[in-house]
Amino acid sequence: MEIFHNANYDFIRWRWHAITLSLVIVLAGFAMMFMRGLPLGIDFSGGTSLVVRFSQPVTLDKVRDAVAPLGGEAVVQQFGDASENRLLIRLPQQEGAEEGTALEQGSQRAEQALKSAGLPSFEVDSREIVGPVIGADLQRRGIYAVLTSLAAITIYIGFRFRFSFGVGAIVATLHDVLVTLAFLMFFKYDISLNVVAAILTITGYSVNDTIVIFDRVRENLRSRRKDPLSQVVNQSVNQTLGRTIITAGTTFLSVLALYLFGGEALEGFAFTMLVGVISGTYSTVFIASAIAIILSQQKGGKPQAAAAPTGEASERSGRKQRRARAS
Amino acid sequence: MMKNLQWRIGLIVAVIGLSIWAFVPPEQKVKLGLDLKGGVHLVLRVKTDDALKVETDTTVDRLRDSLTRAGVAFSKVEAVNPTEFRVEGLQDDAAFRAQAGDADAVYDRASEAGGYSYRMKPNVANQLRDETVTQALETIERRVNELGVAEPIVARYGARDQILVQLPGVSDVRRAKEIIRSTARLELRLVDQGPFPTREAALQAFNNNLPPDDEVLPGKSEGSGTGGTAGSAVYVVKKVSAVAGNDLRNAQQSLDQFNRPAVHFTLKQDAAMRFGTFTEANIGRPMAIILDGRVMSVATIQGRITDSGQITGITREEMLDQVITLKSGALPASMDYLEERTVGPSLGQDSIRAGVTASLAGLALVVVFMVFYYRLTGFNAVVSIVVNLLILLGLMAAIPVTMTLPGVAGFILTIGMGVDSNVLIFERIKEELATARGARAAVNAGFDRVWWTIVDTHVSSLIAALLLLQFGTGPIRGFAVTLIIGLLSNVFTAVFVSRTMFELILSRRQQAQTLSI
Repeated sequence: MEIFHNANYDFIRWRWHAITLSLVIVLAGFAMMFMRGLPLGIDFSGGTSLVVRFSQPVTLDKVRDAVAPLGGEAVVQQFGDASENRLLIRLPQQEGAEEGTALEQGSQRAEQALKSAGLPSFEVDSREIVGPVIGADLQRRGIYAVLTSLAAITIYIGFRFRFSFGVGAIVATLHDVLVTLAFLMFFKYDISLNVVAAILTITGYSVNDTIVIFDRVRENLRSRRKDPLSQVVNQSVNQTLGRTIITAGTTFLSVLALYLFGGEALEGFAFTMLVGVISGTYSTVFIASAIAIILSQQKGGKPQAAAAPTGEASERSGRKQRRARAS
Repeated sequence: MMKNLQWRIGLIVAVIGLSIWAFVPPEQKVKLGLDLKGGVHLVLRVKTDDALKVETDTTVDRLRDSLTRAGVAFSKVEAVNPTEFRVEGLQDDAAFRAQAGDADAVYDRASEAGGYSYRMKPNVANQLRDETVTQALETIERRVNELGVAEPIVARYGARDQILVQLPGVSDVRRAKEIIRSTARLELRLVDQGPFPTREAALQAFNNNLPPDDEVLPGKSEGSGTGGTAGSAVYVVKKVSAVAGNDLRNAQQSLDQFNRPAVHFTLKQDAAMRFGTFTEANIGRPMAIILDGRVMSVATIQGRITDSGQITGITREEMLDQVITLKSGALPASMDYLEERTVGPSLGQDSIRAGVTASLAGLALVVVFMVFYYRLTGFNAVVSIVVNLLILLGLMAAIPVTMTLPGVAGFILTIGMGVDSNVLIFERIKEELATARGARAAVNAGFDRVWWTIVDTHVSSLIAALLLLQFGTGPIRGFAVTLIIGLLSNVFTAVFVSRTMFELILSRRQQAQTLSI
């Protein structure tokens, strides 16, 4: 069985359409971010989050009324399956909460408010209180980690292939990060620690498909030095299309299982991965190669001159491949 | 060729056996994080400025004393902030310098009109801060052990003044937090005047002009009620304590003369000597026992006391907690909580159940897809995924790596991302089969040509995972480590295990032209 047998689509022709579509999504995400602010979870913004399990079913509105006098924008939502009567209550950072015991006042006041509101009895299943110092520290480290990861991967790809490919791969990966953020905005997910972990995983994963295509481009360039680069790239994308779709598909299936069955706490993580995997496949086919071609052409060199593989590592793999061919 | 194959199969079986041996039974051998088994995770900040302030205050006191004794004229020796103090109104510079030599080792001196300003040397301050955090860490460790928590974690964390405390299975979070945080600084100081009903009243008694070596501290009024519910009062006490926090030798539960709960403490030998001299010199004067800046009790010194004393007028709970905190020693500085995460055991149980369901569902989906798409060769991939997961579990149990909720996600991702390598190899073999040079050549070419692709994809994923490890805290680190182990063992299973299986099948057929792929 085979999908995309002898596929021959002209992806390169669609590159400007693809880039436009991506820009629209990313800009829409930015616009929402600009209007509503980045929806940081309490891991980053600081604040209190309680998971409360009631002995009997309660309506969200009653709980909202109970915590309303606490001020700030309290969020009350169902946590997990409806039959468990678990609710998530999130309170924003209290003013001047840095000093001493003030940190836990938010949670104490919330528990007190629930007790005195005449609701069924309850137990606190989980309590998370994050002070602003920790939040700010994590924000900084999260941004640093994502950027360093992007830079390190660019350098590695640049070293293994060539500079323009490295840039192509990283533009595609950055694209995936931004598209994922945009979808998190569209679907109103908070950016939590787990979501950032998923975004970092995406930076490592989404470049995988790109590497497969670039490997094939390098191989094809060796046997077909006369053809223009864009044609070679397009052919390589087509040749590897089947595995691009299948590898993304298997990852998508496992993440889908996580999204459906993994429980409330991992939902944000799973959603981020789902979007990231789809975006990664799309960007591999449409964005990465397009950027590589655009950059190679802008250097003004003839295709074959620009196309020669560089670097010791690729020489080594070239030898390896010649040996394989000889066997 | 056959011999080589036997050796490879032997190695694979040994690895599988070792892995299973390492993690079975999983309930005992796979460590669970707090988010799965329940417990509390705390991050504290040590206010290292406190320790610097003590150092500066002590230096100021000592300098003021020796200047007075040597008859050097000055108008003011005063701490400005935790790391700085000022000397003003000097007339005889040489005489001052003769007395102030000690301070130069710790402070940088700058001349000012009629005096000097001293600022703590940065390296000394850093060292002092570092020692303070280390001391706090050791003290917390002792307290947590006294609490009787199984497998606690107390470690430095993030920025250099932060400490992480993880207490699995603790239910009374509030008490644990109080015990960890209480400075337990026991001081014995002379009382100048008191008790007063309010702070204003106390200041009034001194015409709002408190002597520089006095301060006002809150406390309880003596003798009001027997249940320990004393009224509040304030005392004017000397700033200097006869004993320091680390002078305490032991503390134990005891009863006072009215059979009420009390804490009996004993002092270390050198402190006892000092305390003996101090009490002898102050017979007849009232002395306060002060715990964490609060006057616990005041008694008149009847005679020379050497090595022991009693804290009275407390409840039973206070007694139990004070014994723990005093026994474990004073904290060198006060602390703030920056973060608290508590997970109840029932939520953890539900998370484990959801994680197992999701893992099985993910595995089932991928297995069905691979067998449907690659037929018999699909089983090859299935075996390599399963071996991959066994090695992952085995290594997690052996290292050991704590399994966290995000770690479960890493486990599931290993299923989906790990099989990618198999797909790359299988697709390549398909392509090579089309050139009709026989199945064996196709398999060889497939593995050889994809090898560097697999290296490249794994390196880029590893880069991201390593940065995740560096970025993350507890649970996220669990995820990163799971991902890293999964990636490494995937190279072994997708290349070595899978290829061995291909060769096993091909070795039974002489002239294979096709594969079920």
